Amino acid sequence: MRDLNRRMFLRGGAAAVLGCSAAASPWLTTVTLAGGVPAFGERRLVVVILRGAMDGLDALRPVGDPMLARLRPKLSSAGGPGLPLDGFYALHPALAGLAPLWSAQELAFAQAVSTPYRDKRSHFDGQDILEAGTGLDVPQPEVRDGWLNRMLQVVPGLQSETAYAIGREAMPLLAGSAGVRSWVPEQRLNLSPQARLLLERVYHEDELFRDAALEAMELAEELNAEDLRAAQDMAAMDPETMAPEMPAPPPRAGRRLADIDRLADFAADRLRGESRIAAFSLSGWDTHRRQDTTLGPSLSGLERLILQLRAGLGPVWGQTVVLCMTEFGRTAAENGSQGTDHGTGGTMVMAGGALRGGQVFGTWPGLEEAALYDRRDLMPTSDVRAWAAWAMRGLFGLERGVLENAVFPGLQMGADPRILR
Amino acid sequence: MTDPVPLAAFRFGHGLPLPAGAPTDPEAMLAQLAGPDPGLALFPGPTPAEVQAQFARSMEARLVARKTPRKSPERKAYNGVLREVEDQLELFLRLQIARGLDSPDGLRERLVRFWADHFSALPRLRDQRAILVSRIDHAIRPHVTGRFADLLMAVELHPGLLLGLDQVASVGPNSPAGQRKGQGLNENLAREMIELHTMGVGAGYRQDDVRQLAELLTGLDVTIAEGAVFVPRKAEPGSETVLGQIYGPEGLGPIRAVMTDLARRPETARHLARKLVVHFLSDTPDEALVARMAEAYLAADTALLPMIRVLLNAPAAWEPSLQKARQPFDFMVAALRGLGVDGAAVLRMGGKPFRRMIREPMQLMGQDWENPRGPDGWPEAASAWITPQGLAARITWAMEVPGRLIEAGAMPEPAAFAARVLGDMAGQGDLALWAARSESPREGLGLVLASPAFNRR
Repeated sequence: MRDLNRRMFLRGGAAAVLGCSAAASPWLTTVTLAGGVPAFGERRLVVVILRGAMDGLDALRPVGDPMLARLRPKLSSAGGPGLPLDGFYALHPALAGLAPLWSAQELAFAQAVSTPYRDKRSHFDGQDILEAGTGLDVPQPEVRDGWLNRMLQVVPGLQSETAYAIGREAMPLLAGSAGVRSWVPEQRLNLSPQARLLLERVYHEDELFRDAALEAMELAEELNAEDLRAAQDMAAMDPETMAPEMPAPPPRAGRRLADIDRLADFAADRLRGESRIAAFSLSGWDTHRRQDTTLGPSLSGLERLILQLRAGLGPVWGQTVVLCMTEFGRTAAENGSQGTDHGTGGTMVMAGGALRGGQVFGTWPGLEEAALYDRRDLMPTSDVRAWAAWAMRGLFGLERGVLENAVFPGLQMGADPRILR
Repeated sequence: MTDPVPLAAFRFGHGLPLPAGAPTDPEAMLAQLAGPDPGLALFPGPTPAEVQAQFARSMEARLVARKTPRKSPERKAYNGVLREVEDQLELFLRLQIARGLDSPDGLRERLVRFWADHFSALPRLRDQRAILVSRIDHAIRPHVTGRFADLLMAVELHPGLLLGLDQVASVGPNSPAGQRKGQGLNENLAREMIELHTMGVGAGYRQDDVRQLAELLTGLDVTIAEGAVFVPRKAEPGSETVLGQIYGPEGLGPIRAVMTDLARRPETARHLARKLVVHFLSDTPDEALVARMAEAYLAADTALLPMIRVLLNAPAAWEPSLQKARQPFDFMVAALRGLGVDGAAVLRMGGKPFRRMIREPMQLMGQDWENPRGPDGWPEAASAWITPQGLAARITWAMEVPGRLIEAGAMPEPAAFAARVLGDMAGQGDLALWAARSESPREGLGLVLASPAFNRR
């Protein structure tokens, strides 16, 4: 029976169990006896899922480990030596624009992290378990909600605007019984004043349609105003300041960055308002071949995203943590086609003014063959969920018991790594 | 007394105006369901052999391309084959829309959608997308008016589902294949069979039943050449006990037997009846109606029509207030029908216009076709669909796309359009008045298509 209770708990979500008398639930006591009351308050959390397995050993190169150059003769210095951070690590050249954040202690990494997923190295399953936030003791198909939604279920004061899933991609980590908004930033709603007036009349009697339409129209109006502002800014821009030495990006890259700007701007807008949680995906990390040319654009996109979020969040950047996580890392050695294959231990990228940044967290396991997982992958030395758990504990005041049982069932958070200021 | 025609069209079909010959009262609807499938006769689709052959070509090209460098001719060839798979997938979508538009048997089309959602799975590879979606035509359609036990067997033994629910990765730990490779069970299909497809979550089974069923199902596999097969050397030897019944030894016979027994469970009857009432009538179903439908199903040895008969004859089925929202697929079919677009036009449409005007808007409305978030399918609650994003996408479609679909000058007058697509449904009169005040016929039409009256069902 224990098994079923556990599953019901995951299924119905923590709130559902707290509401009924599931006396057999083994951790209910921990949850109900938790002392402090969590709250969303003024803190913001952005979660970015990097779909396709980002190569952490290239994004954050452990150049101080002599094995790196031997395992990756071409990749370890592809595009240049990178930006030295602390003597041991260097940032990939495509992330060099994040240097000011590192100096301001607004950028950090957790190295050698992983979910509990092992050995099969499938993107599909890896992302499933990353977003479900469970251990391996619960078969994935049973978990229909995501860890970020379970967090929303246990923090009082959830409003319709609190959490946003942004973009066309489904975001399983936000799926579940707690109400979450979703929006595709490309969505526009261009209505003539008369059409808008008539729609409001037609929706007036039906609450469901009325509320949804009102919000959609407000969102669309804000977005239209921004489009207009951006166009005016462009028109008013002094040609001298447009950095003439920078070659114009090729159209493809330009479109990609424009998409990322839209994503970041929309998220920043929401978070400056009533929203406290935003989640979206970036893809393009599955670099099996010619990683020297394929990883750079994706990292540039990530850099752009973080910089744009920082600019857009303005005064509330100091209240914000951005967590970028991926389903697993990639092989320690480069492969025969100058790429890397699916691995195990990876890297989490963290940014935000609420962060105690300027450091690489986690224990470095080394790259000697015996230190590798399965003699091929970076050995994970911490659970990626633990870093997210500590971030949420610091941001929203969730009790450890709630995080280890309801949000991330079965997680051992370990000692406080003090990742927030 | 409300006219039953619009209710039949909204609640049990794809909207107004009804195609010629469409029945509008319960007995006529049942009589039509008991006959052959007119939608399939109008628009036959790819055969199982064609789908299997396409799947085989794709998997073979994948194997050949796998170890070749970027931009190799082999990779190019593989990408070409993958595009054919995508085309086949899209053809199935066009066919479903075409049948929804033109078939006089609207309830059958709706039931096909209901069971397709009931038996959801996600493809693991792009190569598998068409074969997975082909389960709708080849395993579901033939059985929607038959016995659930037969429907269940046809779907669970379909190659698309065996791939999508990981049965192909399941090996009996003590079978010759399991012993040799150290492989083991994958419980996914067994779990979904009990939990989603038959008895329902938490309905009196135990983890051990799932595990035993998973052992019993070992041996079910898919090969590139033959499709679904039973491979004895992957099957766990001996018998298994599922819900107190002993099945065995290994083989297809006991697998069929356990499915028949699962279909006959009272928990299954209630689960299916409840889902049907929720889908067709209300998110808060009348439990007495659910119980009556479950009884009819059990009394008829899992035949589905007796259960549908109880549903259609329930007073709630003809209650004028509409509580559900049309899902994006149903919105799209109803809107196209209202605009006079027929099935042949949908099949003729170029790839780009089809995607821009039909497929991508459905995605923005929240229903990326055949791509639900998980094997539990799409949500039912109206509030899951009428969200700011979902409604904005419907309004945008309603205001912008009809003008591109209808020839210039043929745009109907808004008030007449309201009467055409709403009949005398509640709110139609007011809506016609508002629509008449629009600045243009385009906006008037948009207002009707975006209205609650059109989007509820």
